[in-house]
Amino acid sequence: MFDFCADPALLDTLPWMACYLTTAKQVMFYQSFLVVIALLAVTAPIALAVGFCGALARRSHLAPLRWIGVGYTSIVRGVPDIAFFLFVPLALDQGLEYLRHKVKCPDWDMPIRQGNDFVVCAAAKLPQSGAAPLVHDLYAIALAIAAYAFVFGAFAAFVLSGAMNAVPKAQLETAEAYGLSRRQITWRILVPQMWVYALPGLSNLWMVLIKATPLLFLLGITDIVYWARELGGMKTTAYAYPHGDWRLWYFMALLVFYLGMTKLSEIAFERLGQRLSRGQATLAGMTQAKS
Amino acid sequence: MSCIDVIQTYGLRSIGLGERLLPRSDFTLCDQFVLIGSGMVWNLYFGIAALFLGFFASIALACARNVSNRFIRKPADWFIFFFRGSPLFIQFFFFYEAFTLLPREGLSLNLGLVTLTADTSWLTRAWAGALIVLFLNTTAYAGEIFYGALRSVPKGDLEAADAYGFSGWKKFRHITFPTMLRLGWPAYTNEAIFLFHATTLVYFSSFPARQQKGDALYYANYFADKTFNPFIPYPILAMYFILLTVAVVLIYGAVYRRLNRHLPSNARRRLRPRPAMLR
Repeated sequence: MFDFCADPALLDTLPWMACYLTTAKQVMFYQSFLVVIALLAVTAPIALAVGFCGALARRSHLAPLRWIGVGYTSIVRGVPDIAFFLFVPLALDQGLEYLRHKVKCPDWDMPIRQGNDFVVCAAAKLPQSGAAPLVHDLYAIALAIAAYAFVFGAFAAFVLSGAMNAVPKAQLETAEAYGLSRRQITWRILVPQMWVYALPGLSNLWMVLIKATPLLFLLGITDIVYWARELGGMKTTAYAYPHGDWRLWYFMALLVFYLGMTKLSEIAFERLGQRLSRGQATLAGMTQAKS
Repeated sequence: MSCIDVIQTYGLRSIGLGERLLPRSDFTLCDQFVLIGSGMVWNLYFGIAALFLGFFASIALACARNVSNRFIRKPADWFIFFFRGSPLFIQFFFFYEAFTLLPREGLSLNLGLVTLTADTSWLTRAWAGALIVLFLNTTAYAGEIFYGALRSVPKGDLEAADAYGFSGWKKFRHITFPTMLRLGWPAYTNEAIFLFHATTLVYFSSFPARQQKGDALYYANYFADKTFNPFIPYPILAMYFILLTVAVVLIYGAVYRRLNRHLPSNARRRLRPRPAMLR
């Protein structure tokens, strides 16, 4: 990075640090922070969409749909989320390969589960064995996003269905009296009004989602935890920048990063809450109207 | 092997009793049920111990946040912010690294005449190290809950206590504390459920499962890796945890009824566990 970094062994502490913190591997460590933020940006809307469907399913008039909605949310809430992070990617991977196998190799006669192996024909493998490493990485990340969406969708469904129940009944009854159909009531009365009731729950959920991002490490993705362990471990003099066991400092950096993220989100949600309460028949809305 | 044999062989495998070698092939449903159930011992141990210790510490923390002296209040604020604002997973890594940095031969304290040597190697073991992290974590979360409850103790109750001449410890013990507990209890139930779920993280963060003595998720993951079939061990694990969740709700519900027993029966609220994501 800097010109004076040619021979780090000769440097003083300060320039040594400057060189150390700008090596290629360190830059990859910094990039993995962006991966966390990108994951949050992608996962949050998907989870919210899943949760919205789940909440509508819980309110549905069709009994089977309602059972699916209630069952989905209660099971995810009753079981540790880590179990789902381990289960969903593996199950989804096998499910997809199984479906592709059925479509692409209809004349395959061997069983798919042979003892402790899961065997599908080569054409059904995901990703294809000849694919670029980037494709493998993206596939792993896509499975991880699916796992996050599955877990947080259930929580979002719970929050949103609570918010839908909190919308004053009089509003819905009035809409009915005006002759609106069920669909119209849902989309024109219920959904626009529920957000202010959902906000405390959703902000909490966002905090939980932030704090769940390091679990990416369990899915075998080279995320910030991976790099912190990798870079922090003791480096002997065989390396250009030998140092002792610095994992404690690396994990401290991660803690500071997460504390900053939660603090920022707290401030942002406070602002959003003020914006959403404008004109609402709640205490916050009334206080705003007076001032 | 019949299922009774399997129970005798692996029933307490997670704490090191019974057969050392885990099953390696021909996994039966019974193997999976027994071994994953045996791992639940650790989840129960971490959960119960952390909740028990954390209960007292969190009440002290809530009271510390409520005093006007800023030298007491600020540290309590920071403690809660630190543990609630960062992921438990990273906390496990951080504390594990901190514990391993302690000198292996123990800390020696020179007390003039005698030198005390405090052995610290047990801190890197999961049973102690992870318990400390879980304890600190649940203390922060429950402290926040009880602080909120403490702030919403009705003013009239406290004024009535003053009028009856209660003060200091007596007022806290007989008026403030029971009301605080009653107000905070539903949220605290939720915290207990999530703490039990969080215990599954222990063996997936840095704490090693020595001699393959792990918790329920550790064994579920073992079976999923070996059989490459996640559709059996994880649902078994889910079943155990749903049972555990139901048990927590029942026990906390019984306590909640006892806390509310003085209220007229129509004013009593049933504890409706709404695990509304508090963590």
